[in-house]
Amino acid sequence: MNYEPVIGLEVHAQLKTKSKIFCSCPAGFGGNPNEHVCPVCIGMPGVLPVLNRRAVELAIRSGLALNCEIAEITKFDRKNYFYPDLPKGYQISQYDQPICRRGHLTIGGKEIRIHRAHLEEDAGKLVHAGAAGLHGSEYSLVDFNRSGVPLLEIVSEPDISSAEEARCYLMELRNILRYIDVCDGNLEEGSFRCDANVSVRPVGQKELGTKTEIKNMNSFRAVQRAIQSEIDRQVAALERGERIVQETRLWNEATGTTHPMRSKEEAHDYRYFPEPDLVPLVVEREWVNEVSAGLPELPEQRRTRYVEQHELSPEDACLLAESKELSDFFDRAMLAGAPAKAAANLLMGPTVWYLNENKIEFSQTHITPENMKDLIEALNAGTLSSSTAKQVLFELLKAPGDVQAIVKEKGLAQMSDEKGLTEVVSKVLTDNPAQVSDFRGGKTKVRQFFFGEVMKATRGTANPQMVNKILDELLTR
Amino acid sequence: MITIRDVEHVAKLARLSLSDEEKQLYTEQLAKILGYFDELQKVDTTGVEPMAHALSLTSVVRDDLVVAPPGSSVVLACAPESENGYFKVPRIGE
Repeated sequence: MNYEPVIGLEVHAQLKTKSKIFCSCPAGFGGNPNEHVCPVCIGMPGVLPVLNRRAVELAIRSGLALNCEIAEITKFDRKNYFYPDLPKGYQISQYDQPICRRGHLTIGGKEIRIHRAHLEEDAGKLVHAGAAGLHGSEYSLVDFNRSGVPLLEIVSEPDISSAEEARCYLMELRNILRYIDVCDGNLEEGSFRCDANVSVRPVGQKELGTKTEIKNMNSFRAVQRAIQSEIDRQVAALERGERIVQETRLWNEATGTTHPMRSKEEAHDYRYFPEPDLVPLVVEREWVNEVSAGLPELPEQRRTRYVEQHELSPEDACLLAESKELSDFFDRAMLAGAPAKAAANLLMGPTVWYLNENKIEFSQTHITPENMKDLIEALNAGTLSSSTAKQVLFELLKAPGDVQAIVKEKGLAQMSDEKGLTEVVSKVLTDNPAQVSDFRGGKTKVRQFFFGEVMKATRGTANPQMVNKILDELLTR
Repeated sequence: MITIRDVEHVAKLARLSLSDEEKQLYTEQLAKILGYFDELQKVDTTGVEPMAHALSLTSVVRDDLVVAPPGSSVVLACAPESENGYFKVPRIGE
């Protein structure tokens, strides 16, 4: 039988506020244990939470970017459960009146609906002493620095139909949240966390199969692998005639499989009730309109603009728009008059390579839009070859500079002097008589070797067309 | 109707250990409270907006400003046990 997966994702995005959602403690990552805490976020009796306006604004901003309806009235509720990382014995969350509902985002032309997005507070962090994990540890240590950090929980509809699509959805969601500057989207540090609900059903069946919830995935690759492994596990179980148990399963990166989390039979009985310490929030339409007016261009719009206005291929547009920083720079280079295709190639190829190689962000580089324009001009004029242009680009990324000055200083100007090049080529041929006779004997592939030697001798500055021409002349003589 | 099993379930969720007498007592008391809600259900609420809060106040918010927190030594002074700046809690799990 053929099965189809049905996947829904729940994402917890940490909102970029300065202070926590219900108190004035700093909300940023880091700090020594329990340095960013106060009586409110460690749940001391008698304290009063007060809602951070900025957290609401960032939630509205996210909702609008995700095409959601923004509630006219929203309220907070207590979600009750016991765990040592939850100091009050309940988490302040939103139950029946979330701030955002019914949105969608588009990946590869397919619309994935968003069921809801609501505000809540994060819990603390546990360290299990004397063991790698919970099991076997004698006691645990709690750091409440994260307790009370604002989160937006974004819940998709089960519209996702493959592990690959789940990864695409997540990447697009993170990209949108980064574009609008509400979340830094770091999976490793946990500022963007994802749980997946996965079920499978026979193709053509309307009812959904029993779902499991997968947790503990902290990279895009892990999300895709975990979901695929869970789909495979469920299909195999059904084919053996077994039934799927509704449960929470943890992804294990090392084994590449999921396994059931310890049983918590009653844990889903959260006994939500309205938070009496917080009054309902009326979200004025004026406020929503103001936030809406302040939204920047979103990835989808940017990709479309790149294809329509700058005639990039959809693939290039997609790749370039993946980074807001990089594509912001591309836009500035366009304003400076740089040609689109060449600029896009230099950014997506060698620039991205350089960033990865040096483990830095684009904001830490020094290139200016004018540099980019000059560099492409030098390339088009034949002053630089693609390989020397790359060297100049790296210099410009490394430190503030000027294309002409770097070309001069590093001696990178393309060698187009026929007499000089002929000498270099002749020398290469004289130095390699065996290869020359191979070539004359019909092994024409050796030509690549000569070309490489000439480039080596000129440190990549030789004009490639001229080298080819001279090689032709000298070899067929 | 609330049963002794409901009381046991709620007690477990609230991490309360109850004696048989207490279970009996709370079953009766909770039944009375819930019974009163049945009474309230009879009130005609036509035209009354549902409310989640007894106060008529709405939209109490603060600006996103950081105030220096008291520091870990101050907050840990309230804890029965601590270690290296952390709150120390007993073994988690069954």
